[in-house]
Amino acid sequence: MDLLEYQGKQLFAQYGIPVSAGSAVTTVDEAVAAAEAVGYPVVVKAQVLVGGRGKAGGVKLASNVDEVREHASNIIGMDIKGHRVDVVWIEKASDIAEEYYASFTLDRGAKLHLGMLSAQGGVEIETVADENPDAIARIHVNPVDGLSEGDCRSWVEAAELDPAATEGAVEILMKLYTAYTEADADLCEINPLILTPDGRVHALDAKVTLDDNAVFRHPEYEQYDATQVRDEREQAAHDKGLQYVGLDGFVGVIANGAGLAMSTVDIVNQVGGKPANFLDIGGGANADVMAGALEVINNDPNVRSILINIFGGITKGEEVANGIVQALERVAIDSPIVIRLDGTNADEGRAILQSHLSDRLQLQPTMLDAARTAVELAGGAA
Amino acid sequence: MSIFVDETTKVVYQGLTGSQGRFYGLLNKEYGTQVVAGTNPKKAGTDVEGIPIFAGVADAVQETGATASCVFIPAPGVKDAVLDAARGGVEFIVVITEGVPAHDEAWFYNKLKRDFPNVQLLGPNCPGIISPGKANIGITAGHIAKAGGPVGIVSRSGTLTYQALYELQQKDIGVTTCVGIGGDPVPGTSFIDCLRAFEADDETKAVMMIGEIGGSAEEEAAAFIAESVSKPVVSYVAGVTAPAGKKMGHAGAIISGSKGTAQAKMDALREAGVKVGLNPTEAGELMADIIKELGL
Repeated sequence: MDLLEYQGKQLFAQYGIPVSAGSAVTTVDEAVAAAEAVGYPVVVKAQVLVGGRGKAGGVKLASNVDEVREHASNIIGMDIKGHRVDVVWIEKASDIAEEYYASFTLDRGAKLHLGMLSAQGGVEIETVADENPDAIARIHVNPVDGLSEGDCRSWVEAAELDPAATEGAVEILMKLYTAYTEADADLCEINPLILTPDGRVHALDAKVTLDDNAVFRHPEYEQYDATQVRDEREQAAHDKGLQYVGLDGFVGVIANGAGLAMSTVDIVNQVGGKPANFLDIGGGANADVMAGALEVINNDPNVRSILINIFGGITKGEEVANGIVQALERVAIDSPIVIRLDGTNADEGRAILQSHLSDRLQLQPTMLDAARTAVELAGGAA
Repeated sequence: MSIFVDETTKVVYQGLTGSQGRFYGLLNKEYGTQVVAGTNPKKAGTDVEGIPIFAGVADAVQETGATASCVFIPAPGVKDAVLDAARGGVEFIVVITEGVPAHDEAWFYNKLKRDFPNVQLLGPNCPGIISPGKANIGITAGHIAKAGGPVGIVSRSGTLTYQALYELQQKDIGVTTCVGIGGDPVPGTSFIDCLRAFEADDETKAVMMIGEIGGSAEEEAAAFIAESVSKPVVSYVAGVTAPAGKKMGHAGAIISGSKGTAQAKMDALREAGVKVGLNPTEAGELMADIIKELGL
């Protein structure tokens, strides 16, 4: 789950990481009030979950009320790379002497946490990594040990920041590591981490991704759910607890297991169709889940046929079959359905479906046959 | 032969009294796995169809001599369950559970490496391991696997594992062991661990490796294959058409920026001499050709 900048800053503030004073607002009047409260000059910043806000004109300095009005009204409602700006963050402007980069994330190859610190902040870290990898000081942290102040200090020294920034950086990085672990973050990134002319170190941006699997121990995550960007289909699927990714094709896909679902999406493409979505009903899904999945797919106006690909390990064939039958009773499914059903209790499942088969509901023996049939029923290749 | 587990492996099921643990524990027992105990701190002294329940793994090991455990405990309790198993003295821990926080996984992976180096972890978020005809630990539908080798399978995806077992069974090709390493970002057992074991196993003559987007495990495996694997390898990688930045079901299946794409993995594998199928059926056909070429 990706957080907006202001949410990331609020999280950082909870852990004592210095961030600029500010307010999140949704209207021009609110923007003005926030600017008055915080004191000029302010920065008006679009809050969207994509990068490149500055280039798109979504980050503007304002020195007086007229400029706040002008920038806020331009930025609120602006489209940045397909994301509409609904929220704007009005922040007290900072004087910047130096811009640094700092982050913690999991290094999957090393199976350790990776801290990255660079004196070259304010730019894309991937560019720095490409062009000047030595400019990034790296530290691996063993989750069992945590980050010691001694190791943190050595790491900061290796990054060769302005000496005036050392103490501030060490303190912030220790707190950033705490935030990263305690909040169950996949990523905590500050870019830029700035050194002000009066020698303070300060987080000017916040990019935080939280681990969805940790929701059970973070009731506070619920507040972030409301600002997650999902299209209607994705929101409906999310509300039903389904793993769903919207794509832009016309063959609806339902499968059990992420690998099989990804594979089914790939195969629809391979046989000349275009998948409308990825949907994994997960292991052990019951009839209710199956019915819910069909309803979500059915509500996608682009869908012209539905491909259900099930290979049951933990998922049982009769649950799948009952789910399909229930869905057909609950809602008029607009598109023809093709099913491939194998694995645990597949025979029972197929037996249940037997009496419901028609030209709108058919069984196919293999994944490829089912995919080809689904594409044909949808009216042929893309 | 088989790798990691066989018909003599005694397994304690952590969570045997829960609905999933019970369903699969009993199925595994029916298959022939030595399901010798279960654990539940609140139900010690009871039994599940005659299988004794102990408070913790240490007690189970003491009474039954179990050397492996299988975890069906819900995600919030997995970290403690893994530690309980390691401290209890088992050497192989299979974690079926999905939804374990990445920080917990990173923690117990490193805790085991440091304090329990003889313990091998499989998973989390995996279907388990099956040596057909000998032992099935986890949720794979055993009837789809043909016993006797000569193919070894290692996979990040559960259902694609079943698909692979099925494709091979249709072609009358047997499997020595099928290892599901799972879809999470910090898996206890890697592709390389399995490839190394298959290379050393006389009965395994070829390996099927099933990967997916996210991380660099396939690329690392490709480098290992080029250096240290003499047996033929066939691979399939799911997620060729997955969009970047979206988690495709598995916690570990996400393309970050330009890293972790299926195409990059397929290229790395091909470069290492691996035959790459574009879908599971094609991978099955490539394997069938290899088996024929080997005269098996």
